[in-house]
Amino acid sequence: MKILVCISNVPDTTSKINFTDNSTKFDTNGVQFVINPNDEFGLTRAMWFKEKQGATVHVATVGGANTEPTIRKALAIGADEAIRVNAEPTDGFFVAQQLAEVVKNGGYDLVIAGRESIDYNGGMVPGIMATILDMNFINTCVNLEIDGDKVTAIREIDGGKETLSTSLPLVIGGQKGLVEESDLRIPNMRGIMMARQKKLNVVEPIDANAKTIDEKFEKPAPKGAVKLVSADNIDELINLLHNEAKVI
Amino acid sequence: MSVLVYTESENGKFKKNAFEVASYAYEVAQLLGTTVTAISFNASNNEILGDYGVAKVLNVSNDTLKTFNAKAYAHAITEAAEKEGAKVVIVSSSTDTKYLAPIVSAKLKAGYVPNVVTAPESASPFTVKRTAFSNKGFAHTEISTDIKIVGVSNNAFGIHEHKTTAAVETFSPTITDADFTTKSVEVDKVVGKATIADAEVVVSGGRGLKGPENWGMIEELADVLGAATACSKPVSDLGWRPHGEHVGQTGKPVASNLYIAIGISGAIQHLAGVSSSKVKVVINTDPEAPFFKAADYGIVGDAFEVVPKLIEKLKEFKAQNA
Ligand SMILES: Cc1cc2nc3c(=O)[nH]c(=O)nc-3n(C[C@H](O)[C@H](O)[C@H](O)COP(=O)(O)OP(=O)(O)OC[C@H]3O[C@@H](n4cnc5c(N)ncnc54)[C@H](O)[C@@H]3O)c2cc1C
Repeated sequence: MKILVCISNVPDTTSKINFTDNSTKFDTNGVQFVINPNDEFGLTRAMWFKEKQGATVHVATVGGANTEPTIRKALAIGADEAIRVNAEPTDGFFVAQQLAEVVKNGGYDLVIAGRESIDYNGGMVPGIMATILDMNFINTCVNLEIDGDKVTAIREIDGGKETLSTSLPLVIGGQKGLVEESDLRIPNMRGIMMARQKKLNVVEPIDANAKTIDEKFEKPAPKGAVKLVSADNIDELINLLHNEAKVI
Repeated sequence: MSVLVYTESENGKFKKNAFEVASYAYEVAQLLGTTVTAISFNASNNEILGDYGVAKVLNVSNDTLKTFNAKAYAHAITEAAEKEGAKVVIVSSSTDTKYLAPIVSAKLKAGYVPNVVTAPESASPFTVKRTAFSNKGFAHTEISTDIKIVGVSNNAFGIHEHKTTAAVETFSPTITDADFTTKSVEVDKVVGKATIADAEVVVSGGRGLKGPENWGMIEELADVLGAATACSKPVSDLGWRPHGEHVGQTGKPVASNLYIAIGISGAIQHLAGVSSSKVKVVINTDPEAPFFKAADYGIVGDAFEVVPKLIEKLKEFKAQNA
């Protein structure tokens, strides 16, 4: 089985978000970039397939040279090869088109992407990619079992879970649940050394257009101070929720 | 040219978010000088959409679509958009809809913007405001394609009545076996309880509750308020609560009217998931807990003392205001 894991290079989850250039750009100053958490669960599941069932695992990202430390980390975790499409990831549609091209050229059976990236939260890359490629697609995937080309997957739904059956070739939008949090791997020294020898192929983008443009960004308005109520005065809390906030 | 809205239903009845997206679609249609057409699947009370400004309903009545299937539903919505010459397609932000919308986007080669929180800011260029960076920011995004898909955030726009009469038509898209290569085997869903996605009130517990045996009071409080229950990430990692209840940047987003956080510190990744909630109440023993900075109301106190009292007082309040 040949697996491609799509990796988005995103600000670390604790990053403070700021904008520059008259609020038209995300301010990367002092921001640490990491593998998108949803992708990290997928990468770990891919490593499980590699170790338990035998699979080749490639990782791909769409981004400039600045994203290489992030994909090197995926190599250090155990992916065999990496592909970087040398383009600014302008919108989800554009990224999906570029990754679909990588999938076409690489002949992958399984493509694992994250449900969404935690920066622009588009959540559209796996679905658009699957549709362009006419591959089966399961979103918000929290469990994935593969036997030959038969697939059993569980996806999260509002208020529960749904079990699905399908077949390879398949694209999933994965998330927490695909593997246990405790199984996520931190690259060790040996992995980091080995990653240096692994192939990181840089390919040029295909001709594709973004379909949306972020014109301007803005931060939420600052919040007023919290109103504290004494633990002995629950009536006051109820009164505030009823008369002031009007939510009960 | 019309505005097409996908109105979700379950067991033949529209979900609450169907009325919200219909209200939103009406606003867009006003802006563009056109009317709203809805597409529904096996719904029995289609006329009701007229209350929210829908002029025409295309009802897909098809047994193979009784349970949700992303590809088949996306196929039907695409066909409806083409038939109606829709320039704008409006969808909700439920988990199912976020599954099918990218498929529609690829089929129609239409720009799709999810997590939209206001009506379009301008029609030309077509610009919407959406959340980004896990609710730590907003983006004003232009959709530059001929057809545009807008995913409306839960509870962001609200439900607005615009009484019209909805003409209901049967619509039979050409669904084939190729649309069912992914099949539903089993659905395991809590019935009769509010889900985090649609709930107006969410009661959430964190590691401060010490163990799963203490969730009885969280559930009781949720019961009194008709609320959904939720939790912080470590709570689901520890297996105290199901993964589906985990709220935050890597979990579910919450856009309720009221979010009550009990024994939750308010780490940045947790707050990212709840900041679209309108009113936040925090109960925590630690006055320095970061959640107090993000909350509207707070009680510094022990959950094991405060919550049972709160349940009693709320019961009294409900009895008086029933
Ligand atoms: C990549 C990444 C992604 C993450 N994503 C998420 C996410 O999506 N959602 C999420 O929730 N977290 C997420 N986290 C984890 C997050 O950083 C915090 O660890 C987590 O939110 C803490 O949960 P907690 O507040 O329940 O527990 P704790 O941090 O242990 O806090 C417990 C709180 O309970 C209070 N308390 C203790 N006893 C009582 C009592 N008797 N009565 C009242 N209060 C009491 C304490 O004062 C404390 O504030 C993520 C972390 C990482 C690294």
